[in-house]
Amino acid sequence: MIVSLTLILLAQLVGEALARGAALPVPGPVIGMALLLLVMVVRDRWRGQADRILAAPLVDGTLERSGKGLLAHLSLMFIPAGAGIVGRLDVLEAHGLALACVVVVSTLATLTATALTFVAVKRWVAPGDET
Amino acid sequence: MTSDFALWVYLSRTPLLWLTVTLMVYAVADRIATASNRHPLANPVVVAIILMACVLKLTGTPYPTYFEGAQFVHFLLGPATVALAIPLYEYRATVLRSLAPMLAALLVGSVVALISATTLGTAFGIPHDVIVASVPKSVTTGVAMGIAQNLGGDPTLAAVLVMLTGMTGGILVTPLMNLLRIKDMRARGFAAGLAAHGVGTARAFQVNEVAGAFAGIALGLNALITAILAPLAVTFLR
Repeated sequence: MIVSLTLILLAQLVGEALARGAALPVPGPVIGMALLLLVMVVRDRWRGQADRILAAPLVDGTLERSGKGLLAHLSLMFIPAGAGIVGRLDVLEAHGLALACVVVVSTLATLTATALTFVAVKRWVAPGDET
Repeated sequence: MTSDFALWVYLSRTPLLWLTVTLMVYAVADRIATASNRHPLANPVVVAIILMACVLKLTGTPYPTYFEGAQFVHFLLGPATVALAIPLYEYRATVLRSLAPMLAALLVGSVVALISATTLGTAFGIPHDVIVASVPKSVTTGVAMGIAQNLGGDPTLAAVLVMLTGMTGGILVTPLMNLLRIKDMRARGFAAGLAAHGVGTARAFQVNEVAGAFAGIALGLNALITAILAPLAVTFLR
């Protein structure tokens, strides 16, 4: 658990450093995600060496379980920021109704366009691929 | 001053109280969601935020005091984002097989998000600087605030709109996908993560792990592509 968390935090730390250092338009944790992915690819590519070098929790599935444990409670992590937003709803005052319409209609349009494009292109490049 | 009040004054200033209350509010919201069989309207993010805001209002707690405790939960957003690599890696075969549909959906989705925000904003007569703040609303908060600020919009307003978009998307994605008869969990998850960032991704993970994995990819990729395309969308505004 602690070893897994350390690796996850380390990936985030390096990600943040890269994002800040190179002024990348991607958040540090997203770069951290890519780095963790890379670590897992390398680990499984050279499985024999990885088993000897890496700490046991990183190779026996503990890392995977810890990460999924975090993701299962993703909803929890939006509460602090969300509660702060409720206190700042005054910024919507002037155009509240119009902005609410924009948010709802634009979100519906985005969801529809994304999902329909995905399905259409999937049918075009890989007919019969229904997962 | 009574001793009860003194105790409250003491506790209300320690991180312990508000951290515990945040976790309890989440437990209640999650319970409601489970009891309703994960009904879209009982979205735990939405329910928990409303409950939390009510508690803060009723106790007259200033937000900075609350955040002293809640920051520990807030902090976990970063590691959780990193952890998105785990389902992504687990479903790598499915992801690689879906590369073309994903990239096409990414491009179309992000362009629709930007254009719909600017055209609707203009149609409703919303001032230019407010529209600018609404442009990155589908992107994860930190990036959206940066984009809004670079383009001359109010980052706080951008953050509010991001959160509202997330909650809207989290509630609407399931009924909308059912209405469109889209059963492919990859497409459903990808749309949720692209349109409604982390809140959509949280919803996707509750429904299906494949949907969650695809939502996570969409969240990351859309942050990148919106940062590139948003300045373009804003130049078309003038």
